[in-house]
Amino acid sequence: MKKIEAIIRTSKIEDVTEGLELIGVKFFTFLEVKGHGHEKPQEITYRGIPYDSGYIPRTKIELVVEDNKLSDAIKAISDNARTNKIGDGKIIVTNVEGFYRVRTGEEGQDAL
Amino acid sequence: MQNNTMTDVMAAAVKAQESADYAQFMINNLWILVAAALVFIMHLGFATLEAGFVQKKNVVNILFKNSMIIAIGLMTYCLSGFNLMYPGFAEGSSGYFAFAGFGLTPPEGGMTAEYADYTYWSDFIFQAMFAATCATIVSGAVAERIKLIPFLIFATLFVAISYPITGAWKWGGGWLDAMGFYDFAGSTIVHSVGGWAALAGIILVGPRAGKYTKRGIRPIQGHSMPLAAIGVFLLFFGWFGFNGGSVLSADPELVSLVFVTTAMAAAAGAIGAFFTSFIMFRTYDLSMVLNGILGGLVGITAGADIMSVTDSIIIGLIAGIIIPISVTMFDKLKLDDPVGATSVHLACGIWGTLAVAIFGDCDDCGTYGAQITGIIAIGVFTFLFAFILFFILKVTLGIRVHEDEEETGLDIGEHEMAAYA
Repeated sequence: MKKIEAIIRTSKIEDVTEGLELIGVKFFTFLEVKGHGHEKPQEITYRGIPYDSGYIPRTKIELVVEDNKLSDAIKAISDNARTNKIGDGKIIVTNVEGFYRVRTGEEGQDAL
Repeated sequence: MQNNTMTDVMAAAVKAQESADYAQFMINNLWILVAAALVFIMHLGFATLEAGFVQKKNVVNILFKNSMIIAIGLMTYCLSGFNLMYPGFAEGSSGYFAFAGFGLTPPEGGMTAEYADYTYWSDFIFQAMFAATCATIVSGAVAERIKLIPFLIFATLFVAISYPITGAWKWGGGWLDAMGFYDFAGSTIVHSVGGWAALAGIILVGPRAGKYTKRGIRPIQGHSMPLAAIGVFLLFFGWFGFNGGSVLSADPELVSLVFVTTAMAAAAGAIGAFFTSFIMFRTYDLSMVLNGILGGLVGITAGADIMSVTDSIIIGLIAGIIIPISVTMFDKLKLDDPVGATSVHLACGIWGTLAVAIFGDCDDCGTYGAQITGIIAIGVFTFLFAFILFFILKVTLGIRVHEDEEETGLDIGEHEMAAYA
């Protein structure tokens, strides 16, 4: 099984959710994150003095999929999160050592 | 000796009467000034209410618009609005339009009971506080997607020209007053005027992105219910001045009656909205109850001085029932109103004006014909004025922010500021 971490624009979280649901992926975690990247940080003024907020706000989603669903999931996330402007995000894939359902103790694919 | 005593006694009596009259003038005048301050606090109410009902990323923009609107309202009313609204129609004129000149010029006797139960300055400041409320009604309705400068231009021209012209038709002694139209404190003249302009704005600026999707209506949650509640309570507080001051004197019976009818209508509005929104949505919806309070207040505003307590409760109850129905209806028509301004001010403003014909106890006034004529005439004029003005702004400067700016928020987009650090 593989773990996907995707950092995407906050405005795209719903489209990505829909896209993942279409391929049968319904469980994932997401959190608000801040980061640095190629995009310029937001510029803010306060009482007449400009400064930059120092970060770009984004949303990160984390999900676990079976190996055979991996490329479909990556495609679903990318297609729905893409705006073709700098700052669309990154996707990272890692191997999963173990995956369990807390309620029943099932492991692996049964835990999905 | 006897003759001198008689003259002394009579002179003393005249002096005593003059003192008493002046004391009465002072009390009446003082009440009008207190009422003006209470109406002023309604602007704080609007600011916090609107801030509460929008998303965090648009709060600075809302506060900016509300701060500018009080300034614009007072300035334009001082420059031209007051004299457009109270031009002193000439005897026998049509009563449609007149203008008494730019700036403020107190007339002869303007600081005495010759002018009214209050001074010229009190008259101005009390009425000036009302003027800006109609523009602030619009600001909530078009929030989160309207461009700042075009909105300020709209607000300036609307408060300077449209509001006083329609207001003059009744309060300035114009043709609606002549035919017996009755609007005690402005259900039509202030509230539905703001509501019509809000409707024109909503139609032309369009709904917020992502609100009406193919999968149905996606609510866009306000970021702070505490602020919204504070706003409503401040508005309720200020309404004692809005209605109480509209008696235009400190008459104990009328002012105290108005305090009671106003408060009872607000209470009934909350209850009406509470039950109706539970029946409709199966939830105890805070935003509906808050708007229900306001709806009740708007509903009683047309006739708070000519209603019985029972009447005011019924009027408030029906206004409260109207609120959830109206909000749902506007959403079904894809007319996006983040704060419910069209339901509170337009729908309940019309209801309040009609309620005068149904319940009001008025000699030679408030007939069905007069009330309906007033509603339609002011409605048509205001809606057309607002629609044309917004349309001109739309095709020249554009009235809607770019979709990227709507996404990151108007605070960054229009102001390069954040509301919360």
